[in-house]
Formats: sequence, C-alpha cells, structure tokens
Amino acid sequence: MKGAEAFQELIPLIKDEPVVHANGFICRESFTLKDRKANFYMIGSMGLASSIGLGVALCKPDKKVIVIDGDGNVLMAMGTLAMIAAEAPENLIHVVIDNEVYESTGSQRSISSKVRLEEVARSTGYKNVLRVEKREEIKAAFLKLKGSAGPNFLLIKVEPGFDPATGRVTHTPEEITDRFMQAIA
Amino acid sequence: MAVSVISITGKGLNVSSLTSKSFIERLIQEDYKFFTGVPCSLLSGLIYELEDQNCEVRYVPSVREDAAVGLCVGAYLAGTMPVLLMQNSGLGYCLNAFTSLNLIYKIPALVIMSWRGKAGKDAPEHIIMGDIDQELLKTAGMEYSILSEENCEEVLKKAKQKICNEKLPYTLIVEKGLFDERR
Ligand SMILES: Cc1ncc(C[n+]2csc(CCOP(=O)(O)OP(=O)(O)O)c2C)c(N)n1
Ligand SMILES: [Mg+2]
Repeated sequence: MKGAEAFQELIPLIKDEPVVHANGFICRESFTLKDRKANFYMIGSMGLASSIGLGVALCKPDKKVIVIDGDGNVLMAMGTLAMIAAEAPENLIHVVIDNEVYESTGSQRSISSKVRLEEVARSTGYKNVLRVEKREEIKAAFLKLKGSAGPNFLLIKVEPGFDPATGRVTHTPEEITDRFMQAIA
Repeated sequence: MAVSVISITGKGLNVSSLTSKSFIERLIQEDYKFFTGVPCSLLSGLIYELEDQNCEVRYVPSVREDAAVGLCVGAYLAGTMPVLLMQNSGLGYCLNAFTSLNLIYKIPALVIMSWRGKAGKDAPEHIIMGDIDQELLKTAGMEYSILSEENCEEVLKKAKQKICNEKLPYTLIVEKGLFDERR
C-alpha cells in the first residue's frame, strides 16, 4: 500500500474531529484529498504535531483529536510519546504513516525499519495500539481505536511513493490558525 | 489577590508583594490557564505553586522545551491561554518552533524564561547562553521584558497587549532571587 492509499481509506472515516498533521507530504496529501477547516496543517516545526495534538486534546476533552504523523516526525520527538502516555488523554488518536523514509526530503532512510514505533508507544503506556500493513485493515482498526478510550496509536506501514504532483497547502499559516480555531471552538 | 509576605533579609524587615504564589495567582487572574515547561531552580517556586493541590490550573511537565511550545500551541488553538516556563538553556530548542510555528501562524504564548549565566557569573554551561539569549530573542523579533517586582504590573499589561492584539509570544525574563527556590 502506498501512503496515498492509506489517506484514501482514512479520510472518509474522519467526521468533524480536529486533525493535526505532521509536516511535509502528510499535510499535502491530506489537503489535496480533502481540505477541511478542522485540519491543522503544520508546515514547519517538524516533530511537534504530536505535542500540538496533545495540547488540543487536553484543552478540549469533549472532542476526539486525531494526529496524523510521520515516522521521521515521531522519531524526532519520541519523548512526546511518553508525555502523551503520561497525560493519558482518552480523546487522542495518534496515527503514524510509516514509510520508513524521510520522503518529503528525497526518501532518505529513517530508522523505523529497525525500531518498531508501535512497540515504543505501547511501552510508554498508550491504551490501545494497532499496527496494520494492508489497506483493507485500516477501516476496522481506525474505527476500533476511535471507539475506545485512548490515548490510542495506529501505525500504518506503507511503501514510499508519493506523487510529487500532489498540491501544496495554499492557505497561509494565519488562515490555517483562524479556520482551525473557529472550527473547533 | 496579591499576597504580602514578610521576609527577613540581611537589611532587616522587608515587605514584599511579589511572591511565587502571588505571581501565579496574578497570571490565573489574567486568564492564563494552561501551564507547561521544563524546570529551572530559579522557577522552582512557581512550579511548586502550580503543582499545589489547590491550584486551579494544570501544569503539564514537558519532556523538552520545544515539545512544551507544541503543547502551548495546541492549548491556544483550543481556546486556552498558555504559559511556558523554561530555563534559557531551552531557548535554542525552541527557536525552530517559535520561527516556523508561533511567529508565522500568529500563535501567542507567555514565556517565562529564567536567566542563568547573567554577567558571566554561573556554571560554565550557562555563560554563553546567558550572554546571548536576549540577542537571540531580538534577532527572532520576539519582545521581552526583564521582570521585577516594580515593573510586574506594567509588563503583564504589555505582554497581554502583545499576546491579544498582535498574537505574538512575549517573554518575561526571571533573574535569580526574584522568586523563591524550593525543593
Ligand atoms: C527541524 C527540521 N529538520 C528537517 C526538516 C526537513 N524535513 C521536512 S519534512 C521531513 C521528513 C519528515 O519525515 P516523515 O515524518 O517520515 O514524513 P514523510 O516525509 O516520510 O511523509 C524533513 C526531514 C524540517 N522541516 N525541520
Ligand atoms: Mg516517513
């Protein structure tokens, strides 16, 4: 399964939940497939999608908050996995699109081929952890995690192969802030 | 509510109104409701107050200062005004977050940063950052004030104005001795 296919499965399952996206292709893929006001596109600050999502989840306990992260982003801020597990927001779902590379910068290898990120999440104390490798498994896994108290972690193993023709986020950073805040207020 | 305490100093009896407790109470009164950071001994009194059972706000211990910036950003997006407490040694970790997140997305935060290494009088690891931290803030275009008992009300007002009107982070620098140290 390619990363784009994972997004094609995931996005129809997202209703009005706030979604925080890691930088690079993850923002672009999601934006191109379906732009939503409740999408926060983090274009810089690599590694911080998870802590931003944690902040939203802690301050909006009545909303399910979704983080769509990348393996490189997670590896850069692995301590945040521990912070999420320690704060234990029931309303947080952490999805990782793991292509084992830094695809956005030219597909240099990351170390997630050697380190099982879902095991790291599990050992820090995430409540429910699932790993899927097939497109057909995504829906059931995501809905199961969405239906159970978190923090929950879904690792989706994908092959690299992002289409460089995919659009870039056209909103300005300020617009992203305003729309997101209004959408989740 | 400002709490007055009487402390004995070398010069005799001294009445001071800025304490860790009164300052945290002032921040809460100013509607700062989400606190996170990485500790510094100079800020230990403040964190102690935040961790007090009766404190009405939450302090989230962060693993790194840049992750604390992320937490603050999330809190702000969710409508809660955040405060980040850190040692100036954490400033380097935060610069990418400030420049590629807060400053361009117009996401404010109140930053309370301790000043280790002031005037070259500190442990070796603090000397260089103690010398350049204010220059780094200025270079990044981030405003700050050195907090004192006398200017406290004035800088809180200035910070609030920056945060609410311009949606930019504002830093209060805390020198050794301003707040009590606890363990
Ligand atoms: C601090 C920092 N270092 C490096 C970069 C360059 N960079 C942008 S996206 C990216 C890769 C992110 O990797 P991953 O999270 O695995 O997402 P993918 O690109 O594979 O979808 C890198 C290294 C950056 N933006 N910020
Ligand atoms: Mg990757």
